Amino acid sequence: MPGRSLFDKVWDEHVVVPETEDAPAVLYIDLHLVHEVTSPQAFNTLRANGLSVRRPDLTLATMDHSTPTVTVGSLQELKVVSEPEAFEQIVQMERNCTDFGLELRGLGSAERGIVHVIGPELGATQPGKTIVCGDSHTSTHGALGALAFGIGTTEVCHVLATQCLLQRKPKTFAVNLVGNLQPGVTAKDIILGLIGQIGVDGGTGHAIEYLGAAASQLSIEERMTICNMAIEGGARTGMFSPDDTTYEYLAGRPLAPAGVDWDAALSHWRELPSDDDAQFDRETALDVSALKPMVTFGTNPGMVIPVDGEIPVLTGDLGFAKALEYMQLEAGQPLAGTPVDIVFIGSCTNSRLSDLRAAAGILQGRKVADGVRALVVPGSAKIKRDAEAEGLPEIFRAAGAEWREPGCSMCLAMNGDIVPPGKLAVSTSNRNFEGRQGKGARTVLASPLTAAASAVNGVVSDPRPLIN
Amino acid sequence: MNPVTRITARTIVLPLEDVDTDQIIPARYLRTTVREGLGENLFADWRYDKDGSEIDGFVLNEPESKGAGILVAGRNFGCGSSREHAPWALIDHGFHAVISTEIADIFSNNSLKNGFLPIIVDEDTHRWLLAHPGIELTLDVEAKELTLPNGKTVGFPIENFSRHCLLNGVDQLGFLMEQANAISSYEAQAR
Repeated sequence: MPGRSLFDKVWDEHVVVPETEDAPAVLYIDLHLVHEVTSPQAFNTLRANGLSVRRPDLTLATMDHSTPTVTVGSLQELKVVSEPEAFEQIVQMERNCTDFGLELRGLGSAERGIVHVIGPELGATQPGKTIVCGDSHTSTHGALGALAFGIGTTEVCHVLATQCLLQRKPKTFAVNLVGNLQPGVTAKDIILGLIGQIGVDGGTGHAIEYLGAAASQLSIEERMTICNMAIEGGARTGMFSPDDTTYEYLAGRPLAPAGVDWDAALSHWRELPSDDDAQFDRETALDVSALKPMVTFGTNPGMVIPVDGEIPVLTGDLGFAKALEYMQLEAGQPLAGTPVDIVFIGSCTNSRLSDLRAAAGILQGRKVADGVRALVVPGSAKIKRDAEAEGLPEIFRAAGAEWREPGCSMCLAMNGDIVPPGKLAVSTSNRNFEGRQGKGARTVLASPLTAAASAVNGVVSDPRPLIN
Repeated sequence: MNPVTRITARTIVLPLEDVDTDQIIPARYLRTTVREGLGENLFADWRYDKDGSEIDGFVLNEPESKGAGILVAGRNFGCGSSREHAPWALIDHGFHAVISTEIADIFSNNSLKNGFLPIIVDEDTHRWLLAHPGIELTLDVEAKELTLPNGKTVGFPIENFSRHCLLNGVDQLGFLMEQANAISSYEAQAR
């Protein structure tokens, strides 16, 4: 029998009814993450059909997308700071969770945060689990060896009602990460470099597993950044085989198994890593030692260059020309040195404690350049507390940056945090699509180091000269 | 869901590649709790200027686009977010199908669950369709083929189960609910 991949093993363990030519597999879901933006219509369908939530105990609900990141002490204050539609959505989420018996990590909860940040943080995300959410960045959870992918609202309803999904098995795609990262080059640069290499549709129809010596050296938070953006390469998901780094990360977390349950879980998890002779439908390699800090210059994450490089010249490509026109940038010119209006450090890609520490390392003892607005948004209430315990907000504030409440914030401009038209934002988030951060906003995706360095210099900047 | 067996409609052409779901429906319009009404803001940022006036030259604003039901788009249509609001907006505007050489996975899944057809064709057919906007096409789900105005037919792939559901108006939630015994057995042995 040929070796099996992590993906194959997790998939096989969750097949309720096998796939046939005429029907997809019925796949069991171990953890369903629910948020306020992609669930209301699903709850409406449950109501209309008199259905209940099959497994409230396997459903984790929070609010992150349309919630404001300014401090609100009451519902009345929330109403004042929110636009009416966002407020209605938040109130509706509370009602839905009450009506269907779901525990909501709501605005007042000490465990609230971006859904893809709190899953791992609470220990709900575990190796070998199937995890879904009405959000394409669900792939983040693959960092711990889970099979995690984004779904639409109709499927959210399917999982609420049956805890199952109808799924065709995707193909598998091995990405071998080799070499050693150079100083100042981060996990974000790895994933931007990879998307630049395979293209924004390079992973379509595939589940990626990141393998290789460089993969095993990455921390869980770094793996999350890399899995998070698998979808930006078109892939259904991204995963890392679990290892001691994974188990150390999970031990002692509130929803992780404990005692004898931990021992049983651990022996199961140790069977999950891909076999040495596992077969993949596709393979590629990326030498991370050749990477530099990466920045996007266009309107999708595949339009990316090293920060000391030049924007390529590509004639006769309609989309490329449109992207540069939108970005107000010129082919053949460097991107470094372009004036910056806003710096956003946050999102499910880069809002964890290690990201905030990296940014603080650059900002400590320095100032955000005149005319630049810098926004630091922790991914969860816990990260906010942890950062406060080690004095990070003082560093951000002394530098002139704003320190906000947790949420998706400026990543997608539906909660009051918006990049104004025509302004250029260096952002640690995941999408530089036209208008993603606000109508007419121009986004440069980068690592927390590059974002912080750009805030200090007031122009798109290589962080390496600022690293002590 | 109502059965979808055969669609005959006029095309419009949006040749850009990698059209993402943030273009199809920007995130600020996701602050809704219903499926209806999104068509008004389909491609909002390409369609309207900052004052809300229609932008000349965008295909949806052309008079001949009125009543078109099939969108012929560049490669990798619907990439990005999982928002089902994207097919909802296309449907609400009056579209029944999108045709391209490649369509993003989640968008494609979401589309099929709403009776909206994500149709993949070969490069030659695609090039021809891009070069001939405004023609009337027939998409036959039963026969898995589209018919060009000259009568020529071109096959397209469609996943068997989705096709069955489209043809018979099968609600996939109902199908899953019928698996209750298998799901209970799975839960009993897994825990």
